[in-house]
Amino acid sequence: MQTYEHSVLLDTSKCTGCTTCLRHCPTEAIRIKDGHAVINSDRCIDCGECIRVCPHKAKKAVCSKLESMNRFKWKIALPAPTLYGQFDNLDDIDYVLGGLLAIGFDDVYEVSKAAELVSAYTRLYLKTDGVKKPAISSACPVVMRLIALRYPSLNDNIIHMLPPMEVAARLARERALKKHPELKAEDIGVCFISPCPAKASYVKNGFAGYKSHVDEVVSISDIYFLLINAMKKDDNVETLSESGMIGIGWARSGGEATAIFNENYLAADGIENVNRVLDQIENGNIPQLEFVELNACTGGCVGGVLTMQNPFIAKARLQTLRRYLPVSQNFLNGEESKYIPDYYIFNELPEYQPISRLSSSMAESMRMMADIQKLREILPGIDCGSCGAPTCRAFAEDVVKGNANIDDCLIKLHKKDD
Amino acid sequence: MSEELIFHFQVDGDDFTSAGQASIQIKKNLRRLGLDPETIRRVSIAMYEGEINMVIHAGGGEADVKVCESYIEIILKDNGPGIKNIEQAMQEGFSTAPDQIRSLGFGAGMGLPNMKRYTDDMKIESELGKGTIVTMRVNI
Repeated sequence: MQTYEHSVLLDTSKCTGCTTCLRHCPTEAIRIKDGHAVINSDRCIDCGECIRVCPHKAKKAVCSKLESMNRFKWKIALPAPTLYGQFDNLDDIDYVLGGLLAIGFDDVYEVSKAAELVSAYTRLYLKTDGVKKPAISSACPVVMRLIALRYPSLNDNIIHMLPPMEVAARLARERALKKHPELKAEDIGVCFISPCPAKASYVKNGFAGYKSHVDEVVSISDIYFLLINAMKKDDNVETLSESGMIGIGWARSGGEATAIFNENYLAADGIENVNRVLDQIENGNIPQLEFVELNACTGGCVGGVLTMQNPFIAKARLQTLRRYLPVSQNFLNGEESKYIPDYYIFNELPEYQPISRLSSSMAESMRMMADIQKLREILPGIDCGSCGAPTCRAFAEDVVKGNANIDDCLIKLHKKDD
Repeated sequence: MSEELIFHFQVDGDDFTSAGQASIQIKKNLRRLGLDPETIRRVSIAMYEGEINMVIHAGGGEADVKVCESYIEIILKDNGPGIKNIEQAMQEGFSTAPDQIRSLGFGAGMGLPNMKRYTDDMKIESELGKGTIVTMRVNI
């Protein structure tokens, strides 16, 4: 298995081993060992739940610093539409874009602009013969990793369209080279302003052999105060925004789906709900659906763990901001609308990694499973987490695999003493 | 290898919202055994449909999933009303599910046909007023 570079890290000096993250990790990737949390990188999907729930702020997202862009001569910012929902009383996106220029970027290319093009091409994609329905969006990298690890039978349902961030990076470079012929390709640096750590992992690792066109990923929370101080609300602000309602809508759950212009869609958000929907699609127990939009974060990208604002407030603000915008500002003209260009498409999906597998031999796995079942009968079954595993079942598995000792169960040990 | 592994599930007939839980559990367990995704999918669909049937028609029951070296056997037992005409029940679209179940999107008459489609072998033993035993086998 190739090593996967994650964007969620632990500050051991702050971690008290309190078990909060243990209970919230959707893939049971965390154990408490020697008094602090340890993340199993094969199982981690970079969802950021542990960052969200840690009461000691010991879990951190690893993103780039803004200074990392200094190595480029021409710096382009790619703001996620979620960024626009972070500010009070904002009535014009151009204030945000102007602010990005003021903090040192030479150019901005809105991800929401690329999102409108991706929406247009997805409508075309769904009409293509042979596309398996329900077609599942590939925009959320956490969901993509979850499917690769847990739902390999749904691989054929995944839409092979690159996420708007990638398309934006590509188009931003092209536009810069055209406008400034004096620039060389290596002079240009592209920086995504991200609501979540999963995007940073996506950029670092690429996707099934696909190499990202984004150079750096900086978090919304990291540049927030710098940006808010640089945003000038005057009437002569330069018109920079090229997004409509569709593009801004991608920031919240359901936005991408409604842009498909087909009522047979499903949009689910929050990692537990996403799991439930994927289980149900796998069982074939869903109504006739064309399109499925899944977001790991509650509310969609506005719920990303690297944002500043409560997702519901951000969503309400975006609603206001969208009100007087045209439906879309980006269209496919003539020839463009006949076929999907290669640079919107990815070819391969990540290989299925059987992370849950107990052993590579089935006979051995069955023996281990039998031992796990026996152990579970003598364990208290209260999932207290004191042993360092999230559930008694997970603990039994750890013991059978030789990763934990049965005496780590304090309840059982206590009873033995009586 | 002569060993076999049995997973036992109690399917609760009183709580419709929990129907499908055993199927999810068995899916997780089969993944731990390292079975291939297609086999896991077939077993979990057959299990799911059977589980829903037991909840809709028989007020719940018991499910045993036996894993052997060369096959997986699913045995679903209930003490429900039994199936009057098995041949008819096997027809696609034939359903005796009540309206309130249909309004939830179930009872389309695809349960038993799907169970047959996704398994290599299926046997139904049913006695009116006593109950039904469905035995399905998926070869590995």
